Amino acid sequence: MPRATLPAPSYPLVHQTLDNGLRVLLAPDRSAPVVGVAVYYDVGIRSEPEGRTGFAHLFEHLMFQGSANLDKLAHFRYVQSSGGTFNGSTHLDYTNYFEVLPSNALSRGLFLEADRMRSPRITEENLRNQIAVVKEEIRVNVLNRPYGGFPWLLLPPVLFDTFPNAHNGYGDFVDLESATVDDAEDFFRRCYPPSNAVLSVAGDFDPDEALAMVQGHFGDLPARETPPRPDFSEPDLDGERRKSTEDPLAPLPAVAAGWRVPDPVGDFAAYLPYVVLAEVLSDGDASRLEQRLVQKDRTVTQLATYLSLMGDPFDVRDPTALVFQAHHAPTATADVVLDAATEEFDRLATDGLLPGELERVRARILAQVFRDVDPVLGRTLALAAFEQIHGRAEMLTELPAQLAAVTAEQVQEAAGTLRPDRRAVLELAAGGAR
Amino acid sequence: MTAVLADGRTPSEIVPALGPVPRVKQPTAAERTLPSGLRVLAVRRPGVPLVEVRLRIPFAGTAPTHSARANLLSNTLLTGTERHTQVELAAALQALGADLHASVDADRLTVGGTVLRTGLADLLGLVCEVLVAATYPSREVAGERARLVERLTIARSQPAVLAGEALNRRLYRDHPYARELPTPEAVNAATPGRLRRLHAERVRPVEGVLVLVGDLSPARVLDTVEAAMSSWAGAGVSRQVPPLPPVVPGPTVLVDRPGSVQASIRLGGPAVPRNAPDYPALQLANLVFGGYFSSRLVENIREDKGYTYGPHSRISHGVAGATLVVDADVATEVAAPALLETRYELGRMATLPVRPDELEDVRQYAVGTLALSVATQAGLASTLSGLLGVGLGLEWLREHPRRLAAVTVEDAFAAAQRYLAPGGLVTVVLGQASGLERGLSTLGPIERD
Repeated sequence: MPRATLPAPSYPLVHQTLDNGLRVLLAPDRSAPVVGVAVYYDVGIRSEPEGRTGFAHLFEHLMFQGSANLDKLAHFRYVQSSGGTFNGSTHLDYTNYFEVLPSNALSRGLFLEADRMRSPRITEENLRNQIAVVKEEIRVNVLNRPYGGFPWLLLPPVLFDTFPNAHNGYGDFVDLESATVDDAEDFFRRCYPPSNAVLSVAGDFDPDEALAMVQGHFGDLPARETPPRPDFSEPDLDGERRKSTEDPLAPLPAVAAGWRVPDPVGDFAAYLPYVVLAEVLSDGDASRLEQRLVQKDRTVTQLATYLSLMGDPFDVRDPTALVFQAHHAPTATADVVLDAATEEFDRLATDGLLPGELERVRARILAQVFRDVDPVLGRTLALAAFEQIHGRAEMLTELPAQLAAVTAEQVQEAAGTLRPDRRAVLELAAGGAR
Repeated sequence: MTAVLADGRTPSEIVPALGPVPRVKQPTAAERTLPSGLRVLAVRRPGVPLVEVRLRIPFAGTAPTHSARANLLSNTLLTGTERHTQVELAAALQALGADLHASVDADRLTVGGTVLRTGLADLLGLVCEVLVAATYPSREVAGERARLVERLTIARSQPAVLAGEALNRRLYRDHPYARELPTPEAVNAATPGRLRRLHAERVRPVEGVLVLVGDLSPARVLDTVEAAMSSWAGAGVSRQVPPLPPVVPGPTVLVDRPGSVQASIRLGGPAVPRNAPDYPALQLANLVFGGYFSSRLVENIREDKGYTYGPHSRISHGVAGATLVVDADVATEVAAPALLETRYELGRMATLPVRPDELEDVRQYAVGTLALSVATQAGLASTLSGLLGVGLGLEWLREHPRRLAAVTVEDAFAAAQRYLAPGGLVTVVLGQASGLERGLSTLGPIERD
């Protein structure tokens, strides 16, 4: 497909920064009577203090437990009885809170976000209740299922040395249980000032009316000091690192490997070829590793390559990694799988891409970007993430052109960096094999 | 919420009221039944320059080997045709910006995906090629067979899958719905020849439904479909899904999963399909009970007691009938109290009418989330494909808010009495049996799976 025919998403964007430092982003689109509201706070798993693993995520739960003017449970009820849905999530570099609502509930959605930005209601009872809920969340998502936390919680300690990058973001039960109301209040005061947040609103509204609503709900929140954003960078690995773990529930072995990549924000142009490379390697039956490991060698049942431990290439800061993961047959060792993958990386690095390969992979990436931003919520979140992590929501609309500028040589060069002596490997042994 | 604020105002005075209800614009649509019998529905939903495609073919079968063959067929449908190898096909799809998958369940085979608007005609051509000329090459079938067995092994190590299978065995007994996931033995016995025969008999357009939603012109796209898919024709073998057996309540079924650190609690019972007169009332009663976050069950066993991350209650729709399914994964030591509270909330639904404000809340939620779910290309395509597969369609979507608006407290109470009464449901608990047996047996008789 010729480059010129690739369409680009296009949304008018309105920016405004309130006096208290809250950055506001509006993306009006009147095609359906729905709105998305999201607040991104610039604090995540990497920012939590030592001895407080899992605190950023626990705190996210506490932000739903009542606020300046509202009792516990009120937030949920106001959103849902308006015909909307809500959630929040904790990432390495940010924590977000969002609603999608019929457009007649926009003012209500903004009020709800402003009310908890003003002050969450953190009580001993709610804290104990949510520690119990989070422990069940960890049990259902990690401890009670095979491959729980593989590899997003298991690979970072191999790939990184410092606490912010290496620790378990879901948290240790001992750390979680020792959290106090004072910790939570202090965390809120330091990390949740308006100036540390981006408010993104997309969908069916008039921008002037929406700005007036935003000003009305958020404008009188007092400014507080913005916390400094720590530098989490670490030097690249100086040799291969390996670790193995036994998963008592897993019926088949698995392996993951990670390679550090260029700074996703500071060196975006150097990072983007790795995004393309990940797709060349594992998107669909025509991808390099599917052909080699699944179809030819038949050592692997399922595999993936992707950027960033949490799988979203555009909402993570440095340092991060290109991750390869595979569930493999018990008859093949992790090294058999890794060696074959290395041969494919070398082939790419030596021979380059095939005619048409770059174009078709680009078409797929673009289609995925569109699919992600078709829902108003997906658009709200993507714009907020680009605004917060990259400082420019416009990057969403510029992505097709940026992808088109990635050359075959850059992808080839990126493949050449996936060497064994730069990788961190996690082997997962199948303790549950019968 | 009755709290009074420091300045004397109540939350209802400070939380912004809702504006006038926005009008939902009905999308333009066109429908045609092709000479082959294939029913095609095209709906315009621009926004992003993509088209979502869902082809649904009835695929139920009663033979014990059917599920294995159907699953392997769906996994190998895209591994080669008379004209293209697996890799050539995948590369051709990728070049269109397309993603195409085949999947199967107890009712249907679905071939679905997404494509950049500019590649729709070519995508339909490739879909037709697969439907007419899939070859099920021996080498690819052997590879996919081994992968399917391994994937089934992984699936059956997941507590959610195991608990779901145990519940289905208890609910559906000899019905094919009880064996939706195949056994490894049956998969290993499925040969390329069997797949080709199954394809020849069942992958036919006669009862098929093709839904296209996206940046398209509905009338024009029907011509595109007809031109691209004309070579897919011919009669096949029709098979009816047998009716579901009656649900027989009985002892709580305890399934041992050594090493489990949670108990996976599941309750199930009969429900009604979306076109039943009491469906809207059941839908709303179920929401009040456990069907959304602000439900009684979430407020009780999560937000009050912290027993679980997320309990759910939903109505699952199959061609043979609908089923109510309640699930909660809880710490082993609180399994009995969590089950007790779940039954208490069910019992409260079935013995006392819901409050009018609870009913209004779920009504707004049901109407609002219906609009949200069809506000995206993918959501609308999947919803319509599901509706058309059971003889419903766009008119059901259009009319449903009105049906929800008409539900009274009495209607919701009647539906709850009929479908949510705990005495009419079956219960399955999966976990470390030694830590569960004593607590659960205090609530009533238990039996081992």
